[in-house]
Amino acid sequence: MQLEEEVEDKFELNISITNPEKVGEFHYISPFSTTLPMFRSKTFTVRRRFSDFLGLYEKLSDKHTPNGYIVPPPPEKSIMGMTKVKVGKEDNSSAEFVERRRAALERYLQRVVFHPSLLQDPDVREFLERDDMPRAHNTQALSGAGFLKMINRATDSLSKMTIKMNESDVWFEEKLQEVEAEDQQLRKLHIMVDSLVGHRKELSVNTGGFAKSVAMLGSSEDNTALSRALSQLAEVEDKMEQLHQEQAASDSFCFAELLADYIRLLGSVRASFDQRMKTWQRWQDAQNMLQKKRETEAKLLWANKPDKLQQAKDDITEWEAKVTQYERDFDRVSATVRKEVLRFEKEKACDFKKQIIKYLESLLQSQQQLIKYWEAFLPEAKAIA
Amino acid sequence: MGSIAAQLFSGLSRDIKSGSSLGSVNVDLQTDATLQVDISDALSERDKVKFTVHTKSTLPNFKQNEFSVVRQHEEFIWLHDSFVENEEYAGYIIPPAPPRPDFDASREKLQKLGEGEGSMTKEEFTKMKQELEAEYLAIFKKTVAMHEVFLCRVAAHPVLRKDMNFHVFLEYNQDLSVRGKNKREKMEDFFKNVVKSADGVLVAGVKDVDDFFEHEKTFLLEYHNRVKDASSKSDRMIRSHKNAADDINRIASTLYTLGTQDSTDVCKYFLLVSLPLQKIEARVAADEDLKLADLLKYYLRESQAAKDLLYRRGRALVDYENANKALDKARAKNKDVLQAETSQQVCCQKFEKISESAKQELIDFKTRRVAAFRKNLVELAELELKHAKGNLQLLQSCVGVLKGDT
Repeated sequence: MQLEEEVEDKFELNISITNPEKVGEFHYISPFSTTLPMFRSKTFTVRRRFSDFLGLYEKLSDKHTPNGYIVPPPPEKSIMGMTKVKVGKEDNSSAEFVERRRAALERYLQRVVFHPSLLQDPDVREFLERDDMPRAHNTQALSGAGFLKMINRATDSLSKMTIKMNESDVWFEEKLQEVEAEDQQLRKLHIMVDSLVGHRKELSVNTGGFAKSVAMLGSSEDNTALSRALSQLAEVEDKMEQLHQEQAASDSFCFAELLADYIRLLGSVRASFDQRMKTWQRWQDAQNMLQKKRETEAKLLWANKPDKLQQAKDDITEWEAKVTQYERDFDRVSATVRKEVLRFEKEKACDFKKQIIKYLESLLQSQQQLIKYWEAFLPEAKAIA
Repeated sequence: MGSIAAQLFSGLSRDIKSGSSLGSVNVDLQTDATLQVDISDALSERDKVKFTVHTKSTLPNFKQNEFSVVRQHEEFIWLHDSFVENEEYAGYIIPPAPPRPDFDASREKLQKLGEGEGSMTKEEFTKMKQELEAEYLAIFKKTVAMHEVFLCRVAAHPVLRKDMNFHVFLEYNQDLSVRGKNKREKMEDFFKNVVKSADGVLVAGVKDVDDFFEHEKTFLLEYHNRVKDASSKSDRMIRSHKNAADDINRIASTLYTLGTQDSTDVCKYFLLVSLPLQKIEARVAADEDLKLADLLKYYLRESQAAKDLLYRRGRALVDYENANKALDKARAKNKDVLQAETSQQVCCQKFEKISESAKQELIDFKTRRVAAFRKNLVELAELELKHAKGNLQLLQSCVGVLKGDT
């Protein structure tokens, strides 16, 4: 196992995205603050459209994915996301959806700048600093279904290729299998968490209904102490309704969104493996071509056609150079993919830990609230006579 | 389906000591030594449940001091109906009949499980099977408790406990040959109920001279409706809670699977978070909600029985008033006076007899109700607290481990 060289990122780059304001269309204002010398000033704010984010991804992906980099993907345009399960009555303008998208874009941008190589990319700098961004074109491909299709196509061709490539380094094969297995599990989990969010929302509504009916029951009860206790119970159930609602939000924002992010990211990981395959394929193709050229030269020698011989020799030289180049490319991309995967895994561990702690703490808070409510209720119940 | 069904549906006998919901509805019933009844055992067979009714008595009517018989649900219904149809008991609140044991939902799920056996892993299958068994057991315990409460209420009632049919029910160790109602009888019942409720509306419209009963009438009508509403809303709430709990269980299992795949950090986190999740929601959905739900359902039936008593009294009052009018008419015409007088006396006696006992019955009903709600609400709050505190501890330790692990 080789040791990864730790590059201590001793810089500050705080990005946050605030709520959108509708100026023609949704604009996002991102106040940045940084200590990095490469930026013009220490704090700045810019406005970006949603399509700008997609445009940034496209640019970065075009440039860096072929080299084996894992480029973080932005959130989908459509609300369906990846589960295609409609949970409740949500539409594009609902407050929840807006907040979800804002947070997703924030995480996206944070991932981009946290990537040491991507941070150096001038497009990223431009995105962060430039006052007026020209509209990004061709982002249709990146919205919703189109984006998913693209990812799926990449993974399809990938699975076809794995059979053919004879892997000299078994690490890649194993890693890819891990990634694919994890992708499946995360998708499964995501569907379950979405279902949970839906059921919790339902529970919240039904608890509210129950609270009202208990209140009604209490008001018709003619024993005063019991009547009071019942109305207290109604209040407790009312608070539970609120708690369930908050918990559903936490399930969604902490848990479901985390899973969605990583399902998208795993898509990018597979894309980088795919790229490595492509460079390997290109190298193999070049070797085959070289072989053909050598055969051509041999045939010409035998047929004694000296005029075409020079061409053949030139071809061989050309393809020899290409073979060398493509082999170097393959090695370079392989090294990059390897480094990227390790970096990704470290980041993932951090991310998951942070979010799981956050989620557990939200559950913890719920329980504390519960205790408070029931402790207040208990003496009322005991006072019934 | 066959093998699992055979396992689940046969030979499941009740674990007597494990907390049945009996406690929540059976309050204030003095267990007095002259007559003690309980259900000491129960067996679930393919289609039916067989209850072992165990009696301890010092009363001279019985041949022995302690004895047991086996009874099925239909025989309980027969006993209940015989009380309702007995004119002598018109002035009492007849303890509501226990609901029919209903394992249909469980049966359906079991079938689905059997069908899906091939498509899930061994762990998933075992887990689901365990869940189903637990659910089945819970329903089983509840139906036993409901049947037991009915018998205890009868045994505790100063008049009903002396009923002949009741004694036969307790003692006769053969099948009572009470068949369930056939279609025609069920239709008759249906029409009888329609007529009764129409009549009930009529009778209820008659204002009562007695303030106590007038107040009770208004009170019970409103109370009954509100209990019905609360009961159905609580059922709905419990269903959602169960759905959420099922989701959480599935999530916890998946996390556990993910976590045991290898020993990376992320897997450790998954394992850690799956533990509290598994504990938290499942129990809550089962225990607390059911307490409240069972209580509401029971008082729905009790308040209906109280309403029935008021109806009978109201009916008797109307009959009495009609008999008075008929007597006046007869005296005016001087025709059939003796007949009218007798009829009026009968009605008067009937009405007064009912009124006398009804008042006490309704007061007792109130006392019982208040006590049952108190007990139940206290237990509910205590259970919620116990679980919340346990969950809190578990969550705190998980968070502690995660935060400490750098």
